[in-house]
Parts: sequence; C-alpha cells; structure tokens
Amino acid sequence: MERYLKVLRLFWSTAIAAELEYRLNFLVTALISLGGLAGSLFGLSLFYRNDYEFEGWSWEAALLVLGLFTVLQGFSAMVLIPNLNKIVNQVQQGTLDFVLLKPISSQFWLSTRIISPWGLPDVIFGLVMIGYGGRRLGLGWVDYGLAILPLTLGAITLYSLWFMLGATSIWFVKIYNVTEVLRGLLEAGRFPIAAYPVAYRVFFTFVVPVAFLTTVPAQTMLGQGGRWWLLASALLASVLVVVANRFWRFALRFYTSASS
Amino acid sequence: MQKAFKVSRIMLSVYYAYMVEYRAELVFWVLSGTFPLILMGLWVEAAQGDQFNLSPTDLVRYFLAVFLVRQFTVVWVIWEFEREVVEGRLSPYLLQPVDPAWRHFFSHVSERFARLPFAFLLVGLFLLLYPYAAWWPRLDNLLLGLLAIALAFCLRFLMQYTFALAAFWTERASALEQFWFLLYTFLSGMIAPLSLFPDAVREVVLWTPFPYLIYFPASLLINRPEHVARGFMAMILWSALFWAFNRWLWRQGLKQYSGMGA
Repeated sequence: MERYLKVLRLFWSTAIAAELEYRLNFLVTALISLGGLAGSLFGLSLFYRNDYEFEGWSWEAALLVLGLFTVLQGFSAMVLIPNLNKIVNQVQQGTLDFVLLKPISSQFWLSTRIISPWGLPDVIFGLVMIGYGGRRLGLGWVDYGLAILPLTLGAITLYSLWFMLGATSIWFVKIYNVTEVLRGLLEAGRFPIAAYPVAYRVFFTFVVPVAFLTTVPAQTMLGQGGRWWLLASALLASVLVVVANRFWRFALRFYTSASS
Repeated sequence: MQKAFKVSRIMLSVYYAYMVEYRAELVFWVLSGTFPLILMGLWVEAAQGDQFNLSPTDLVRYFLAVFLVRQFTVVWVIWEFEREVVEGRLSPYLLQPVDPAWRHFFSHVSERFARLPFAFLLVGLFLLLYPYAAWWPRLDNLLLGLLAIALAFCLRFLMQYTFALAAFWTERASALEQFWFLLYTFLSGMIAPLSLFPDAVREVVLWTPFPYLIYFPASLLINRPEHVARGFMAMILWSALFWAFNRWLWRQGLKQYSGMGA
C-alpha cells in the first residue's frame, strides 16, 4: 500500500511538471471551460424562463446537478481521459509490454500514470456553482459532507466504465469513437433525471447509469434521496469495480503485443 | 472544367472506399451525435404542460431534423490538418497540382454517403418511440432544406479550415475550434429551437453564422420555413467572408511553413 502511494506521488509530480511546460494552455483551457459554463447555464435557463421547472427541481437544485456534472467533467479531464488515451497508444505501439513487466498492478499503472491539471478550472467552476446553489437553498456543511459519499461512488462508477472501455482497445485498438459515444451519453447528466420522459429515465438508470453520477449526489445533498438510492449507488460502484478488474485480466489474455 | 469534374469524381470514389472500409467505426461516430436526441427528451417532457409555444410533436420533429442536419455537417478537418502541418506531411501534397483543401473536402463529402444509412436507421428507431410525430417535408421545403444543408456543410467546413490554417503559426490550432464549437453548440439551435430563446438573444444570434448551420436547415425540413431568402443570403455572405480570409491566411501561412520533419 505504502509503495503504491509513493509511486502515485512520483507519477503525479512528474506528470504535472511535464504539463506545466505549457502554461499558456492553462489560460486557454480556463477560457474554454468558462465558455462551456456560460453555455450550460444559458441552456438550463431556457427551460426555466417560462415558469416551467423540472419535476420537483427548483432552479437552484438544478444548478446543483449542473455543478456536480461540471466537477465530474473536470475529474475525467484530469485523470480518466489522459490515461485512457495512453492505454490506446500503448496497445497500438506494443509498449504495454513494459507496463506488464513492472512489479505493480498494471491496472493501477494504467489508470494513474498521468494527471493533467487542465481539468482544474472545471472542478473549480463546478464547486462554485454548487456553492451558489447550496447557499440559496440554505444548505449547510453537513449536507455537502453527506454528498461526498455518493459523489465518490459516482466517480468510481465513471472510472470503472471508462476503464472497461479502455480495456476493449486490446481487441479493437482504436476506440476513440466508442469513448465519444459514452461521452455523448454522459451529457445527459447535466440535467436531473426527473426531467426526462420515462423511456429515457429507464435507459439512463439501468443501461447507462447517468442517474447515479449526478442526480443521486444532488438528491443526497438536498436530503431527499432516500437510503435505497444510496445503497443502489454503492452496489453499482462496487460491482463495477470488480467487473472492471476481472474484465481487464480477461482482456489481457488476448493481448499479443505488437510488432514483436 | 472537364478535368475538375474527373478529379472530383475520382477523389469521391477513392475516399468513399476508404470510409466504407471502417463501417463499424462509422456506426459509433453516428451514435456519438446523440446530443440533440437527449435534448429532445427534455423538451418533449417540458412541452407536455403547454407552457411553451411549441407542441411535443413539433419538438420531436425539430430535434430529429437537427440530428440529421448535424450528421450531414460534421467536420473534423482541423484535427487532420493540424497533424499534417505539425508532422510535416503537408509537404508532398503541396507538390500536387490540386489544392490540398479539396482532398479534405471530398473525404468529408464521401463520408456523408457512407454514414447516411445508419443515420436514417436511428431516426427510424426514434420514430418508433414517437410514432405520432412521423412527417414528410413538402417537396419544395425538402429541396430548399437539402440545399441549405449543403451550404451549411460548406460554411462549417470553410470556417474550420480557416481556423486550421492557424496551425502554421501555433501547435494548438484546435483550441480555436474548441472555443468556436462551444458557441456553435449553444447558439446554433442544437439545444433548443431559436423561437424558445429570449427575444434579445435571438436578435443578436441571427447576426452570427451559427443559426444558419443547424436551425435554418432544420426548420426548412420540418415545414416551418422562416425568412428563407434572408437565411440563404446570410449563408452566402458568411461563406464569402471566410473564403476570402481563408485564401489570405493560406498564402501567408505557406510563406511561414517550413515543412517540419521533412
């Protein structure tokens, strides 16, 4: 365990040092996420302009969902996407061999090798949005604290889905389009799940578990989630973690290296 | 003239063959454009209470049309061009007697034909979900709509290719496109029909090129044309503007280009 922490520190300090060579990039990505934020707020406001509201979700509550979505988006830009791109490259070039030879878990290596600070603006803007919505709703620190658990579970779910997709690159090598499909579907998490028609709700709860990523944490924050959703969220996250790990080992059996 | 015709025919068939080779990949690219369909769900649910001046049926039709228009106007030239410049692969193309822009243009056009069947399949699937919304565009609207889609594709291609030329000066030309894409996503009518925008915002947005890329062709397709002549004028004007800017940048850029790695 201690060894893993030490390795993680080394991974991330080198990754950040490498990324900080491109400081102007930070400004650019910050501008882009600010623009994205303005756009999302505009999109949400179109619904609330005519006295309409998503069933049971006030404007401030919907802001919480959007904020949580933005935080998760930042998280995936920081950890998930850069590492996933790396897996694809390694399979394509056959350098996965070197990772497999190292005396630590290959899943750990592949999922944590890189951290990219460029997702930070999204995380910050998302937290600001949650803070604003929460203040208007009179939420206290306890409420935010309670939401950390489902949000972490959501992040774990998200990670497991991404990692499983990444593992499929062993067979299909280039999988950018598949990740784009997942990314497109996850966009649904910008809005509370109650805003969708029934067929969509079923799809986004049971097929692509978007509901557990943003709606459940927001509900917990608002104190209206109920234990069952939390339990389901925990169950989903733990099942997916195990499945992701098994799936990776299964996929490795088919890895034949490239050009050697 | 005859030579141009022949070159374009050959390029089309070559690139079509390339595209069909990766059919499975194409399915995924079609599926990755589901954003308008997600918003369709939201708006249909929202319109049940009659608070908006559009009925659920109108909204289903609108967003299906948006989905189709979007499928026909997807452009990715900046990512390819950026790589070509950074890796120096542009050099051999410069020696050929055809401007490299056409190569990209025809690869995009032929991809449209390859993706067509999948896109219609998905629309059919959603019509099963909302059978009451099935509709046919009137013939004149259909023809005008197809023309508008073709123009929208050309305009979007021109804009992105113009930004791509920034790759001669910087290695991150795609950041420009990322920013532009945000404006495109939120102002083109992809998230909601323009008639649901606040009036002041709509007036401003109509002066930008964005609504003509999606909202305008989509509203033709659903038989709700608005200011048709003005729409076409705007598209032609913006295209001319970007064309001129593009050619100027191209000439300046070539002076700058040193053929990295070649």
